[in-house]
Amino acid sequence: MNKQRLSLWWFIGTLVFALLSMLVPLPGVLEPFKPYWPALVLLYWSLESEDRVTLGLAFMVGLGADLLNGVVLGEQALRLCALVFIALRFRSRLRFFPMWQQALAVLALLLNDRILLLIVRVLAGGTLPPASWWISPFVGAALWPFLFLLLDDLRARLRIQ
Amino acid sequence: MARTRDESSPLFAGNAAGTLRLIIYLALAMVLMVLDQRNGWLWRLRYGASAVVEPVYRLAGLPAVGVRTMSVAFADRQRLTEQNQRLREDLLLANAKLNRMAAVAEQNQRLKELLDTQHSLELNVQLARVIGVDLGAYRYQLTLNVGGRDGVKPGQPVIDAHGVMGQVKEVLPTTAVVMLITDPAHAIPVVIERSGLRTVAYGSRDGDQLALPNIPLAADVRAGDKLLTSGLGGRFPPGFPVGEIVSVAPAATGMFQVAQARPAADLDRSEDVLLLHDQAEPDGPPAPVKPMGPPSDLAPVTGAAPAASSVTRPAATPATSGVPR
Repeated sequence: MNKQRLSLWWFIGTLVFALLSMLVPLPGVLEPFKPYWPALVLLYWSLESEDRVTLGLAFMVGLGADLLNGVVLGEQALRLCALVFIALRFRSRLRFFPMWQQALAVLALLLNDRILLLIVRVLAGGTLPPASWWISPFVGAALWPFLFLLLDDLRARLRIQ
Repeated sequence: MARTRDESSPLFAGNAAGTLRLIIYLALAMVLMVLDQRNGWLWRLRYGASAVVEPVYRLAGLPAVGVRTMSVAFADRQRLTEQNQRLREDLLLANAKLNRMAAVAEQNQRLKELLDTQHSLELNVQLARVIGVDLGAYRYQLTLNVGGRDGVKPGQPVIDAHGVMGQVKEVLPTTAVVMLITDPAHAIPVVIERSGLRTVAYGSRDGDQLALPNIPLAADVRAGDKLLTSGLGGRFPPGFPVGEIVSVAPAATGMFQVAQARPAADLDRSEDVLLLHDQAEPDGPPAPVKPMGPPSDLAPVTGAAPAASSVTRPAATPATSGVPR
């Protein structure tokens, strides 16, 4: 019972931490290198814990991120829903990929996410972002193996599901 | 071998229910986006949820504060002494200049009273601190630690020691979001200090420059010219430095000159900024001059009107249009 509660809190905690890290600024030069943390953490959980991550959860996390971010309400909800849907659909295959292949899949997902964001912003009347804006998915994919192993290791240490 | 695969994640074929749910959620998100774009729900919702949102901002700003404190704590004594010395020299210089300006300001005040204008040189400002939060709009925004409870209102100009930074865009109870002048959606009316040419400076896509896309071809503009706020439009008070022109080139259409300018303010380094409290007087073009001529009741009904207007118009145009073609 206690274990279950702990694992639930751990799950929520990682998501909240991802939202917080999304808001933390990096120094000017590193700014374009910032990965989209909520997507990475949601991806991890959708691969590892199938019953917790649903489209509804992705939608709620996205709405929370929008509320904090203040660009357009529903923008990140849409992006995270699409991301989690693809991840859940290919979950069984993604799980058994070797790490480098998994990272490539994550890169594809994150690039798709950026394209969605671009479509939304352009439709909302925004301007095209600078070229450095496309670096972020590659950083996210490069960080994926480390994030995956770290979260897995922490979960094993805490002995939670 | 015992683990049976569940229905929710099939290996190859997808299930229709999942797709349907996705479509519903995507449609919901799109409806939300459209409604928000039209009605600005998000900011009302954020204002309502400010009890949650603002502490999160403060929390997310903590690392930036930590880095700042660390850089002070671990800075060597020598650098701090040097900085202190430089600041003291700056203060001395600024005070000396102020003393000289005081006489000029007084004279200016008297002359203005003679001219019966209302401009004042006094500044009514409020100090604010920048919270280090990344709001994901490609760095065209700042968050300040003052808000509606401190009397901040949307539209207030924000300046730092070197020039105009932007204007307040959205206000929460204890935080405010500032739109920088480099935002592509921002435009600020400026005047070129050397030639008095009035034009508009827009933000540009690259994020750290201003673009002046419509300068007349014949206008005298050079790299190095300073830009000041012109006070037109009534949002920014006149006379604050905005930037310095870096390059001028003819536009691709051949009808205008296009200039690039570097903002005068330290947009990405300022930690303390000033909020201007008194907004500029609505300082638009002067009220149209009453057409000279015989009183209207004496005017002939028709026929003579075109001739009369063609005589008066050439005299009136050069006086009203300040900008050279």
